[in-house]
Amino acid sequence: MPEITYREAVRDAMSEAMRRDGDVFIMGEDIAEMGGSMGVTQGMLQEFGPERVRNTPISEMAIVGAGVGAAMAGMRPIVEIMYQDFTTLAMEQLVNQAAKHRYMSGGQLKVPLTVRTQGGAGWSPGAQHAQQLEAWFVHVPGLKVVFPSTPEDVRGLLFRSIYDDNPVVFFEHRTLYGIKGEVPAEIEPIELGQGRIHREGEDVTVVATGRLVHEALAAAADAEKDGISVEVFDPRTLLPLDEEGLVSSVKKTNRCVVAHEAIVRMGFGAEVAALVQERAFDYLDAPVERVGARFSPLPFAPVMEAYVIPHEEDVLAAIKRTVGRNGNG
Amino acid sequence: MAQVAAAEPELRRVIGDGETVADGEVDGLSEADLVALYRDLVLLRTYDERSVVYHRQGRIGTYAIFWNHEAMQAGAAFALGDDDWIFPSYRESAIGLLRGMPAETILSWWRGHPAGWWNPADYNVASISVPIATHVPHAAGLAWGKKLRGEDACAIAFFGDGATSEGAFHEGANFAAVMRAPLVLLCNNNGWAISTPLSAQTRAEALVDKAVGYGMPGTRVDGADVLAVYEATREAVERARGGEGPSFIEAVTYRTAPHATADDPRVYIDLERVEAEKKRECVGRYEGYLRRLGVLSDEAVEEIRGDAADVMRTGIGAAEAESPADIGLVFEHAYVDPPPSLAADLADLRRILGGSSG
Repeated sequence: MPEITYREAVRDAMSEAMRRDGDVFIMGEDIAEMGGSMGVTQGMLQEFGPERVRNTPISEMAIVGAGVGAAMAGMRPIVEIMYQDFTTLAMEQLVNQAAKHRYMSGGQLKVPLTVRTQGGAGWSPGAQHAQQLEAWFVHVPGLKVVFPSTPEDVRGLLFRSIYDDNPVVFFEHRTLYGIKGEVPAEIEPIELGQGRIHREGEDVTVVATGRLVHEALAAAADAEKDGISVEVFDPRTLLPLDEEGLVSSVKKTNRCVVAHEAIVRMGFGAEVAALVQERAFDYLDAPVERVGARFSPLPFAPVMEAYVIPHEEDVLAAIKRTVGRNGNG
Repeated sequence: MAQVAAAEPELRRVIGDGETVADGEVDGLSEADLVALYRDLVLLRTYDERSVVYHRQGRIGTYAIFWNHEAMQAGAAFALGDDDWIFPSYRESAIGLLRGMPAETILSWWRGHPAGWWNPADYNVASISVPIATHVPHAAGLAWGKKLRGEDACAIAFFGDGATSEGAFHEGANFAAVMRAPLVLLCNNNGWAISTPLSAQTRAEALVDKAVGYGMPGTRVDGADVLAVYEATREAVERARGGEGPSFIEAVTYRTAPHATADDPRVYIDLERVEAEKKRECVGRYEGYLRRLGVLSDEAVEEIRGDAADVMRTGIGAAEAESPADIGLVFEHAYVDPPPSLAADLADLRRILGGSSG
């Protein structure tokens, strides 16, 4: 199997869809000659031309809104919001428009729009340039929300998302663009709503997303030295969520840690904790532990940022807290 | 000082006043066309007046009145082809009537019944959004998407004077201009955004001035002159189809009715102006024009009004005969393929309702 980067995997999924299907096109800020601020679309202008790899004005609301309109016209647009932080400028179009038009037409209109964006801290960009805001979108009926953590997953899930007939908000993690991984020779679409067990274990399930999947795998390797067997489960899509896969893993290990880079309070992890207590309460030997960022804007100063966002050590500490308790509390 | 528009500074008019101002004419319209346009106006007027009554009778919910806006709606729609898409605001809620949408559908919409959810692709009339101006980027995107597909269709977006203060209007207009999207921006400047007058909305001398900033042609028409609106829209559509990109039309009128049935404008509006405007309302003006031309008889007027009244009687009857909404639809309409959790919720609902299936 070939080995490619996460960045190449994103490009590969889009390019393959555009080769196969004239209805697929991409638009966003600085995606043409420059190849995007993260270099994801480099080379695509040369292959597909300026109509299908389209630079737009700096207008996040119009980028998403025009994507909704183009989807109504029968296209399958992929739009890029350069930074996840800038989805705030397009929130009306995402929450009230893309998510609602099928519903408001009595289930008759399709909005096959894919909104790609990226974020993630660890490089000290400050308060408005690296947030993880996926929990906002999981709260909106009508959207699908995808957050892959590996090259194989990002390629298969993005390809599938482009062909989904619902609007999909697709989160990429900035610090993962450079990681390499094996992928199938031909793109294999991955169904939305199917989690992935990265590592099997017996003592505790770590439900992790994005960068924290890699932190959790490192923590699991460390925990193994102490004789703790950790299962790492990546839901990959947050909406729809693979509830069966997640709950059956926790029923097997009887403990659960949920880890994401986004702020803990009111975060995606809170929903996972609620789901686990609802469907696996009698299986739990310890309270569900949550790992994530502190309730603070992301600091500019590197030492402050490192304190605010979660790392491998935080996941490891949470693992040890759960296994340090027995069924009698 | 505000910039003066490059386009005509005076309102474009075709219809005279029957006294000192002479009637003009629009090339290419047959007598049958002129009467068909009158039929559209009467249908919209009847829809609006009956809807206010239905609201008072508790038969529809809060309703956004469009009395004296019929000319800009019918005039613009008459200049479009069937493949062209209309993006209405709530002020144009009944414009689907001009595309063959049954009155029952629109009345059901105002009754909050699922029978009022039309498929936009059936009529090329988009769903109506409540937030202001948010459909301008959709219209721009649809128009551009049609162009990418090599189709000939264009789009028209209706929005009010207040909408020009919204970011979505600006972003959508600029986007359309940059992309040379085949789009017509039709601004219904009736002077009021609920209780906020235009003077509190902008310092621009005229809204059409904004077109200059986007690098698109703009024109300013009497919004109660159906022929002037038709002609301006026809020119804009020709430009759009010819690859010349979007145009801006400012259709000027004065809001003579409340914003909606829940509004009492007496505390803010100029009531003398309202009475003056009512005397020159758009349907009567066009009727006078046609009578002066000698193409409209008393019998024809009676028949056209009767037909419109029938449409409304049939429509409200059918809307009220609909069965109550199936609650289970809430689980079916948000997604093409609802997540498994919704199926579980639906099963739960069916159990509570006693096993009936929908």
